[in-house]
Amino acid sequence: MRVNVDYAKCSGVALCEAEAPDLFEVQDDGTMKQLVERLGEDRREAAEAAAASCPYQAIKIVEA
Amino acid sequence: MTHRARANRLVIVGASLAGLRAAETARKYGFQDEIVLVGAEEHLPYDRPPLSKAFLDPGDAAVPWLRTERHLTEQLGLVLKLGVPASALDPQSQTVTVGEEAIHYSAMVIATGAAARALPGAAGVRGVHTLRTLDDARAVRSALDAGARTVVIGAGFIGSEIASGARMRGLDVTIVEALDVPLSRSVGPEVGYTLAALHKREDTELRCGAVVTGITEAGGQVRSVMLDDGTELPADLVIAGIGVTPSTGWLAKSGAALHQRDGGLLCDETLWTGLPGVYAAGDVAHWPNALFDGELMRLEHWATAVEQGAAAARNAIGPRGAALSTVPYFWSVWYGQRIQFVGVPQADEVSVVSEPGSERLLALYRRGARLVGCLTVDRPGQIMKYRRMISERASWDHALRFARSARLP
Repeated sequence: MRVNVDYAKCSGVALCEAEAPDLFEVQDDGTMKQLVERLGEDRREAAEAAAASCPYQAIKIVEA
Repeated sequence: MTHRARANRLVIVGASLAGLRAAETARKYGFQDEIVLVGAEEHLPYDRPPLSKAFLDPGDAAVPWLRTERHLTEQLGLVLKLGVPASALDPQSQTVTVGEEAIHYSAMVIATGAAARALPGAAGVRGVHTLRTLDDARAVRSALDAGARTVVIGAGFIGSEIASGARMRGLDVTIVEALDVPLSRSVGPEVGYTLAALHKREDTELRCGAVVTGITEAGGQVRSVMLDDGTELPADLVIAGIGVTPSTGWLAKSGAALHQRDGGLLCDETLWTGLPGVYAAGDVAHWPNALFDGELMRLEHWATAVEQGAAAARNAIGPRGAALSTVPYFWSVWYGQRIQFVGVPQADEVSVVSEPGSERLLALYRRGARLVGCLTVDRPGQIMKYRRMISERASWDHALRFARSARLP
């Protein structure tokens, strides 16, 4: 499982970081950094919560 | 995560962000019976924050729909009742009146939000608006397209965003604010003063301590705004950003407890309204936030609508209610600069940690020995770290140490 971030949509609101600080970290220039490349099943719920929390719908979970 | 649902029809009143999240959460937690989503506006649920931000930019403006109709009806299996507001709630028969129809509910989430306060004495005058709904935003946008001289009444966040949007188009903009320092209630006077400087830098005229006494019109179109010191501000577009009133008029005879001051719905820590099976979420709801000693809060924030919509639905369909406690969070964008706030602004002390010559800002709010709030300007990498500290009840000293050690790059 991987997380795809649409950086054109991401606006640095950082709600993903609030949901899953081990997966996402917004930088001070407003860009978002993914802290983990591939996720295990145990992080699925956190990743889904982060995706649902994004006001810009910039986060998608892809199975791969 | 699935538990047996006891209700057989969930009615969600308010086709808003909170209402949508309530519906999605009910499905996620295994609610398989009918869900009816009632909305006063004809529109499908849409997102409000962009309406006073990107939606006002020149060029094409995409309507920020939250979901497609197909997604709502087929994937979520919702029955949509849009275009007619709920007009009454009868807790005895467990029915809600929508137009001519009485809809029975076993569980309900009220997410009717709030209505923008209109400028007194300006009803029906063209060019005078509030900005709350999609229709409002379309009207404001087309006035900006026509190059309107713009007067914004109220230097709060919505008013400031609109002023920023108009100014970035090169239009003449004046903000009229009754308080001496803008935003002092929402961020404190010191930070309010600092934020006000962003307007001045962009040549947006900000008149504080000014009271609007009326407007003038010609042929039904606004011409100017009159102030108490005799000033007349020419205007083609006037937008009032002077607060909202919770939409609870339809509950007047329901027996629901309403807040004395603003008429919002009084809920317990689980968002229960006190009426059997009826919970509330979003701008309409007051609830005691355990993270701040049970302080009664009504928040008009996007993130709160999401959290409360989900919590209210889970509690409405679940066997027993779980308390919601959260650190409030909102963001705003002025002239391309990102303002973010977490926590609560009523504080014993505000400490501004900034660097000379930079407009980036970090302000911390203290109550007793505890960090309770943080505001940043263009420091989006910091804000959630402080939100976490507040939720962990971090000490003021700890927060100050962290702020001073996190040097700006």
